Amino acid sequence: MSQLLDIQRRMAAAVMHPLTKAETMPRRRSDGKLNNAEAESFIKPNDRLTSFERLEIYNRQYWFRLYDSFEDDFPGLLAIVGRAKFDALMRAYLTERPSESFTLRNLGSHLEAWLGAHPEMTAPHTVLALDMARLEWAHIEAFDSAADPLLNEDELIAINENSQLRLQPYLRLLSLQYPVDDLLIDLRNEDGSSDSSSNNASIARRRKHVRRVAAVAPEQIWLAVHRHQNSVYYKRLQREEYRLLESLLNGRPLGEALDYAFTGSEIPEEERSSFLQQAFSTWAVLGWFTK
Amino acid sequence: MPANRFNGFTEYGVGIGLRVPHYQHILSRKPVVDWFEIISENYMIDGGRPLEILDRILEQYRVVQHGVSMYFGSADPLNREHLKRLKQLVRRTKTPWLSDHLCWGSVDGRYTHDLLPMPYTWEAVKVTAEKIRQVQDFTEVPVVVENVSSYAEFHVSEMTEWEFLTEVVEAADCGILLDVNNIYVSSQNHSFDPFTYVNHVPAERVAQIHIAGHSKFEKYILDTHDHPVLPAVWKLYARAIERCGPTATLLEWDDRIPSFDEVHDEALKANEFLQAVTPKAKADAAQPELQGAAR
Repeated sequence: MSQLLDIQRRMAAAVMHPLTKAETMPRRRSDGKLNNAEAESFIKPNDRLTSFERLEIYNRQYWFRLYDSFEDDFPGLLAIVGRAKFDALMRAYLTERPSESFTLRNLGSHLEAWLGAHPEMTAPHTVLALDMARLEWAHIEAFDSAADPLLNEDELIAINENSQLRLQPYLRLLSLQYPVDDLLIDLRNEDGSSDSSSNNASIARRRKHVRRVAAVAPEQIWLAVHRHQNSVYYKRLQREEYRLLESLLNGRPLGEALDYAFTGSEIPEEERSSFLQQAFSTWAVLGWFTK
Repeated sequence: MPANRFNGFTEYGVGIGLRVPHYQHILSRKPVVDWFEIISENYMIDGGRPLEILDRILEQYRVVQHGVSMYFGSADPLNREHLKRLKQLVRRTKTPWLSDHLCWGSVDGRYTHDLLPMPYTWEAVKVTAEKIRQVQDFTEVPVVVENVSSYAEFHVSEMTEWEFLTEVVEAADCGILLDVNNIYVSSQNHSFDPFTYVNHVPAERVAQIHIAGHSKFEKYILDTHDHPVLPAVWKLYARAIERCGPTATLLEWDDRIPSFDEVHDEALKANEFLQAVTPKAKADAAQPELQGAAR
């Protein structure tokens, strides 16, 4: 192995290792290595700092940077599980799934799957927390994914049951068991309007968060997370709308997608035509159909 | 000297970093700014508001790209997806040069998102220079590398940081983004004379200069970019442009960002130093001596 690769692996192992609860570099790592000896073996001390202390600067910087980014991306999840559980969850997730992307934007890309495999990290709000994480990740994706050119009027008129309609790459569809859209909008509004420098205000906000989370009752909702004029919106969908859009996203021809959408539907046959007309008209106005 | 092949033969003046809190001010007030530096990674996306804002900025301003995660010094090969997206952005911005750091930050495909210091070895020179050449070839714009602030040094180092920088840029045949704040921070953390560093740098390769503020702690200095430029850094800047000529200069302010005007005013202080090294200023300075000689 090259000397460069060896040093980089050893330094990365120390830098990316979780901090102690006091947010310092641990003396002993989970692999049994002693950080003091490890640091001394490749880092020079100076007249003010030991090798350990110099390495610790990078260890702390790594985690503080990741914590900031992760917390910015998932404020709703934090509100649901509370500070202590969120910190533990964040540390465990980032340890198991360190960034594999050149951009911090993708830090939460594996969170949904990870939370699904670790329900204990969010108990007793496991389903609510998972729904919130899915919504917050969909928000990130909707914010900066591509927007394709729209179908023109002639192309819209020419649509038939064999058409394979393409939808905007930024559109995300979610089937959720809790109305987390309302909760997240409330949280964002509250954070935006509060005086963050006031401790009293901060404590009051935390109490409100707890009360609100405790009061959220399960409710099946279907949601389109989309972008309009470069702002992200959450649009509630009916079950049939969700199934239709989901089918189209999966590449099914319109006729098949419609059959799937209305399977088990409570919408009477005679109302389906106007239902579809209304839905397609809205989606066309929102610019969801693309070439 | 300031217009050279490493900065696309441009003569840019004083710029500032384009930051989100200033978007509204810039778009509505349209202040006179010579150029903006963007963090490439913030715009290496497929759509949405950041790119819309960037396009509006590009309609009115000159923009130069600055990257934070190419990690020329990582032993890992270059990330192809990163390169592809970087080139797309280069085509969009028409940046005359492209900068990133002389550091490493990823290993075995895992990213630290930090600018980690290099061991100053001949092996590292070779690996780093080769990757800079690859980026330069792929993006088809001049690449310049920035010296980083550091808090650690390695036992295996075989040369000083300024020697390492010189070896790398000569082996890669690339330019330098000389960050005088980083030189100052590292000089305090590693007890060397920052002027020795500035005096050693191959001046003909300097394409751009960074200035910034830092924070002093009990046992070390941290490169925080959350303060005005300190007097010691201005002195180093003065020496750098004395050697390099009036070079494109950019103020970095990334945390606790004040108003646009405050950031811009701080950056424009560089003009006092730049004007002192313009050919006219040099001629004016020499005039009294000539007059004295004639008498």
